[in-house]
Amino acid sequence: MAPLMVAQDLHRHFGGLRAVDGASLSLQAGEIHALIGPNGAGKTTFVGLLSGRVPVQSGRIELAGEDITHLPAHQRVKKGIAYTFQITSVFPRLTVFDNVALAVQSAGAAGLDQQVATHLSRVGLADHEAMLAGSLSYGHQRLLELAMGLALRPRVLILDEPTQGLAASEIEGFKALVNGLAPDTTVLLIEHNMDVVMDLAHRITVLNFGQVLAVGTPQDIRQNRAVQDAYLGGHDAAD
Amino acid sequence: MTASQKIWALHLGLIAVLFAAQYVLPPYHATNLARIMVLSIFAMGYNIAFGYTGLLSLGHALFFAAGMYGMGLSLTLLGWTALPALIAGLVAGGLLAGAVGVLALRTAGVSFMIVTLMFAQAGYLALLYFGTITGGDEGFNPDRSLRMIGSLDLSADTPRYLVALGLFALALLLCLWLVRSPFGRVMVAMRENEERSRMLGYNPFAIKLITLVLSGFYAGLAGAAYGLLFGYVGATFATIQYSILPMLYVLLGGAGTVIGPFLGALAMFYLIDLASGITDAYFFVVGAALVALVLFAPKGILGALRERGVRWLP
Amino acid sequence: MAAVLALTAVGLSLVFGVMRVVNVAHGEFFMLGAVLAWFVTYYLPLPPAFAWLAALIIAPLIVAGIAALADVLVLKRLHHDPEATIVATIGLLYMLQQAALTFYGPDARPVAAPFEWRIQLPWFGYSGYKLFVVLAAGLILWGVWAFMTRTKAGLVMRATQVDRDIARSFGINVDRVYAGTFAFGAALAAMAAVLIVPIQQAHYLMGHDPLLLSFIVVIIGGLGSLRGTLIAALVIGLSDGIISMFFSPTLAKIIATLLVALVLVFRPQGLFGAKA
Ligand SMILES: Nc1ncnc2c1ncn2[C@@H]1O[C@H](COP(=O)(O)OP(=O)(O)O)[C@@H](O)[C@H]1O
Ligand SMILES: [Mg+2]
Repeated sequence: MAPLMVAQDLHRHFGGLRAVDGASLSLQAGEIHALIGPNGAGKTTFVGLLSGRVPVQSGRIELAGEDITHLPAHQRVKKGIAYTFQITSVFPRLTVFDNVALAVQSAGAAGLDQQVATHLSRVGLADHEAMLAGSLSYGHQRLLELAMGLALRPRVLILDEPTQGLAASEIEGFKALVNGLAPDTTVLLIEHNMDVVMDLAHRITVLNFGQVLAVGTPQDIRQNRAVQDAYLGGHDAAD
Repeated sequence: MTASQKIWALHLGLIAVLFAAQYVLPPYHATNLARIMVLSIFAMGYNIAFGYTGLLSLGHALFFAAGMYGMGLSLTLLGWTALPALIAGLVAGGLLAGAVGVLALRTAGVSFMIVTLMFAQAGYLALLYFGTITGGDEGFNPDRSLRMIGSLDLSADTPRYLVALGLFALALLLCLWLVRSPFGRVMVAMRENEERSRMLGYNPFAIKLITLVLSGFYAGLAGAAYGLLFGYVGATFATIQYSILPMLYVLLGGAGTVIGPFLGALAMFYLIDLASGITDAYFFVVGAALVALVLFAPKGILGALRERGVRWLP
Repeated sequence: MAAVLALTAVGLSLVFGVMRVVNVAHGEFFMLGAVLAWFVTYYLPLPPAFAWLAALIIAPLIVAGIAALADVLVLKRLHHDPEATIVATIGLLYMLQQAALTFYGPDARPVAAPFEWRIQLPWFGYSGYKLFVVLAAGLILWGVWAFMTRTKAGLVMRATQVDRDIARSFGINVDRVYAGTFAFGAALAAMAAVLIVPIQQAHYLMGHDPLLLSFIVVIIGGLGSLRGTLIAALVIGLSDGIISMFFSPTLAKIIATLLVALVLVFRPQGLFGAKA
């Protein structure tokens, strides 16, 4: 089966720093694909290239066979690529409702109130609708961020460290939620929590120094020597 | 009452009060109020760009003047009647705002302020340069016989007040509808965080351009109405001072509130009126008001009210 | 008058460079310098040369004081937010202009030049004072340059320009640097005004043109770049005369204004700045 999204040999340097240095990735439709790697490996920059936040210097990105390498970010969103920010970036001075409504109406759906309510209850924020987003706890802001991503009804949902700052119980809810997306939505998940990665991911790509170190199933990755040396190092895989 | 009912009650109530005011107020104040209503339209337009979308322009005098001259020259040069001339003014303001926007919106923040300022300055100088057509510094007074809509004589007090009120009401309700619409939500999103809005699929450039054009329509309408109702078209209205004025009204009344521009215009107008009774230091009052506002009340009257619990205020 | 223009523009550029704010009241500091020069020379019972010299020292000092006060009382409390600062300095502009009108009046008044002699060349005469202005402005500019590059205070200012938070963590009193810079920039404008006022009369609206010209110079030279500002001032000071020879002054201004706007849109780093 042809992959839904393909990135080939992407480069992005900041001055002398090679944040992304020839990385490639292919996403199969419907899979949950984890992107892991040590801090500063270039993960956020890499998905920035995919979502259009960061301009590509060289390489090629395709979505369902269409070249989107130079498409502006907002048009990629319209084509079905949604990105949730690593550094929480909701609209703090707008209500929770308005935050999600912005995403819903961007996806051009009818029945605004209804849809906002649906997405909020999926992440468990149904009764926070009228609050200002800025007054939510950090974990709840992360969940709101997730709701906004879902409300875009994307084909590819890119999640940048979504479980950071969530309580253990919320992480369980999150796993269930992402698992439920699987057939319709393709998920690219950047995650440090190895439990979450091993439980959710169908495939894993390991990034180091802006380059792909390994790709494979969770099994493969666990057993890969290079990965262990570079990334898992002395740590227990489930740190 | 639901929030929505309160909102309608408030805004329709304001219009009703203004309608009643003409029977109560002495002519001097009624004329002032007509002037304030027209200037409020200008300020509402400024508020759409600045208060809701976060575009701090220093060039709105250009769009006001475009409306004024678009109207005035349509009357005198093209021989149009008042109503089409008014619409010509409205269109002129919007078109010019679009043209300026296409260029100026490539910049942001301080650069945007300077670029809009520069374009407005160039516009003002152009009015002087083409003095043979525009009347230059002195401007011109469209003849009273031209300032008629049908048999309605706009230079007479009552029709003037009514037309000012009609346009004001239209502008106010349109603005209310706009900011409560889904598009209004996107405008605010642009103000709050452009980058995030882009990642929700909105094109910042397009949204801001649309907003600026809307704002230009308001400014153009206000300029055209001002010239038509008060019988004078002049280049002073293109000076930087008339870009500052709506900003002052909006800051005072409350940026990002629908009634704020009117309240600000009302308060400022009478503050200056009062001050000029005591001293002729008119500019000092304006200057001090600006400094005091940014220092002590950056949210303005209604902004402060909204923070103190009247959260339903649109 | 490229030299005086450069002096005024450098003041504006310095403020923008170090503080990242645009001072719209800059032209009023210029005007204030000229008006104060008139007051000083009028009221001090000194021969013109000394009265003028006194003005050259007193006027910039007073203007610097006012500017420092404005920074501490207003701008600091706005945390030098760029947009709020513009609004506040517009307010300041109105207040200064009105104050000048109230206390000085609407007339343009002359200030006697410190000396009068003409350099007589066979084919034309040239005012010695104008030549002196050019030299003096050049000297002051050189002084500013040396100050910025050679002294500790200059180093502190440049450090603050690069990153105010890091500067603060190195124990630099950023508030004091800002107030000082703002005052220094204003003083430069005032000094330029005292230099020019024997040639142009002092008037309460005279701040307008230098502000516009300084804007133009600073933008063309690249916002905040001192070297760019200097080059741009020379080019524009010289070309201003040339352009107005071919066009009417109004048309020349229109073209210049539009050009500046376009430079800011398409080459925000200025015509002489390096590509960002
Ligand atoms: N806009 C930028 N400018 C300069 N350097 C950047 C920028 N964005 C990221 N970097 C650098 O690129 C490298 C990769 O960063 P990032 O993609 O955030 O890594 P990760 O998400 O894997 O932790 C880091 O060294 C980071 O400092
Ligand atoms: Mg990251």
